[in-house]
Amino acid sequence: MQRKVLFAPGHTACAGCGQAIAARLVIETAGSNTIVANNTGCLEVFSSRYPESSWGVPWIHSLFENAAAVASGIELALKYLGKKENINIIAQAGDGGTADIGFQALSGMFERGHDCLAICYDNEAYMNTGVQRSGLTPFGSETTTTPAGRFSFGNPTYKKPIPEIALAHGIVYVATASIGFPQDLQRKVKKALSLKGPKYIQIHVPCPLGWRHEPSLTYRIAKLAVETGLYPLFEYENGTLTSVRKITPKPVEEYLKLQGRFKHIIGNLEEIKKIQLIADNNIKRYNLLAES
Amino acid sequence: MKKFLEGSQAVAEVVSLCKPGVIAAYPITPQTHIPEELSRMVAEGILSSQFVNVESEHSAASVVLGSTASGVRSYTASSSQGILLMSEVLFNIAGLRLPVVLTCANRAVSGPINIWNDQQDSISLRDSGWIQFYVENIQETVDFHIIAYRIAEDRRVMLPVMVCMDGYILTHGLEPVDMPTQEKIDKFLPPYKPLYKLDPENPLTLGFLGDSDYYTETRFAIQKTHQELLNLIPKIMLEFKNTFGRDYKDGLVERYYIEDAERVIVAMGSICGTIKEAVDDLRKKGKKVGLLKIITFRPFPSEQIYKALKDVAKVAVIDRAVSLGSLAPLYSEIRALFFGKKQAPKQISSFIAGLGGRDVTLDSIKGIFKKLSLNKEIKEEFLDLKPELLQEEL
Repeated sequence: MQRKVLFAPGHTACAGCGQAIAARLVIETAGSNTIVANNTGCLEVFSSRYPESSWGVPWIHSLFENAAAVASGIELALKYLGKKENINIIAQAGDGGTADIGFQALSGMFERGHDCLAICYDNEAYMNTGVQRSGLTPFGSETTTTPAGRFSFGNPTYKKPIPEIALAHGIVYVATASIGFPQDLQRKVKKALSLKGPKYIQIHVPCPLGWRHEPSLTYRIAKLAVETGLYPLFEYENGTLTSVRKITPKPVEEYLKLQGRFKHIIGNLEEIKKIQLIADNNIKRYNLLAES
Repeated sequence: MKKFLEGSQAVAEVVSLCKPGVIAAYPITPQTHIPEELSRMVAEGILSSQFVNVESEHSAASVVLGSTASGVRSYTASSSQGILLMSEVLFNIAGLRLPVVLTCANRAVSGPINIWNDQQDSISLRDSGWIQFYVENIQETVDFHIIAYRIAEDRRVMLPVMVCMDGYILTHGLEPVDMPTQEKIDKFLPPYKPLYKLDPENPLTLGFLGDSDYYTETRFAIQKTHQELLNLIPKIMLEFKNTFGRDYKDGLVERYYIEDAERVIVAMGSICGTIKEAVDDLRKKGKKVGLLKIITFRPFPSEQIYKALKDVAKVAVIDRAVSLGSLAPLYSEIRALFFGKKQAPKQISSFIAGLGGRDVTLDSIKGIFKKLSLNKEIKEEFLDLKPELLQEEL
């Protein structure tokens, strides 16, 4: 039997794009009985430029902020037709489309209890418009709207805790994942889709262009974010923490020094200390330390 | 069977007879009675739709976008700020060629905040690609919802339709209504058979990126459909007449005492009821006055308007909206269609009336006819303006 291609190559993503890798892992795990609603963003642009499309599943793009509401409508239509049982619905977006402009629609989808999986491809800035700061841009990161300068060390704010906010809605499943750990990511997608109700997975996806790193380093950087404690991988089922990826923490500098967006911080011990503190807090909070 | 119904209740009843599978609701005055009544019908099992209370009008429009794209007939309603919050989605729905039907309970736009009637909200969306009907009374409101679904879902059309009904005047007013039977509606409006839909059996990509090589043609295609609608709407209206017995002629405009008229008012919506009364009174006194009611504003029926007005000496256009910084919207389009024509009215005057719920009285309408009898074109007059208030502000 020939395997159906659900996310075809030949799209126009940059070399080393973490989002393209993640999108393919997600849809191949979800399978062909899936309908995808996609917010505006890099993924939408590089995969659906007429007259070509990478998508082997029914896929719809409407606007920047409404994929979760469009997905809600799809779910209601399938319910009306009596077809919901067999079909997965995924609403996917970037970090801006999730944490900022699309957050109201996403919160509405969670609160109303639609049987949909929301995926956030978190590359930590508005990459499609040229690397502007979003609510998920990490502390200290340089973007085109949080430049480093005499009076600035880059982004002065911390990542908006979307997984916790999703959790506060009382939804059935919340997880973080990373393309640095593809099997873990696929397991989480599979798990989420096995549960009824609203689900949220936030996937860390490096962006060579925006983070200013070698395209060949995408996996390594994604792994380092997890291994330093800066991007903890965890999983909540019905509000209970059911798994975390244990780490033997590496210093954050190992992660930061590979990326141009943190270049201004390298060598500045005080600023590095602030970022190390974020990792240390994550390690404590999620009990990430591997038993030696 | 005739029923004495509130406009909103009548809309809910006729929408339920059109059997939408998905209804998205977000409240805004004066639209609220419509979703309230629909939710009651669902709660009592009269209607088997999926009814959803969403968190904004933006999402209400997005939900019906998603459900219609999944092949299910859908419905939503809004007004004023709500329609404007939806506007981004409304353009998108038309661009995706999705046959959504929406009721606009026409209301003024903020600021100052004003919950009363004018037509600024839907007029502001005239360029969105949506078909727009403006109805005069509750019977028309009922009938044009059935017509809206029929036209929207026609394979030759595949465009959304907005039924514009004046807030309060029609949404909260009561009138005797002939509510069509389910049997007749089913005959006139077959189940929705989508041209394309989101379906794992046949995975399509909808809402693609159309660059400069393709974008123009998508706009041209919608424009062409709008032009073709000017021929199609009259045909569907004939079918409507044969099924339901009510005759809206071509469904584009209504000519009321136009044939021999020397002075004619052009208007849209419930104000036409008042104008008809004024025409009746003045006709009794032997005055040759008439009304041209625009029912279909998008597509704009230029030819029908031209034919109706070309031999009329004096025309007044009433707009219940303003295009701030330019000519009133309906007025400017009517002026434009006479450009370069040999036969044209000698005068076309512009009146902006009934903004933010200001009453347009029978006397005001008669006053307009009187002003038309003077040999002076009025470039723009805000009807019943209160100059003393302007002094106050200064």
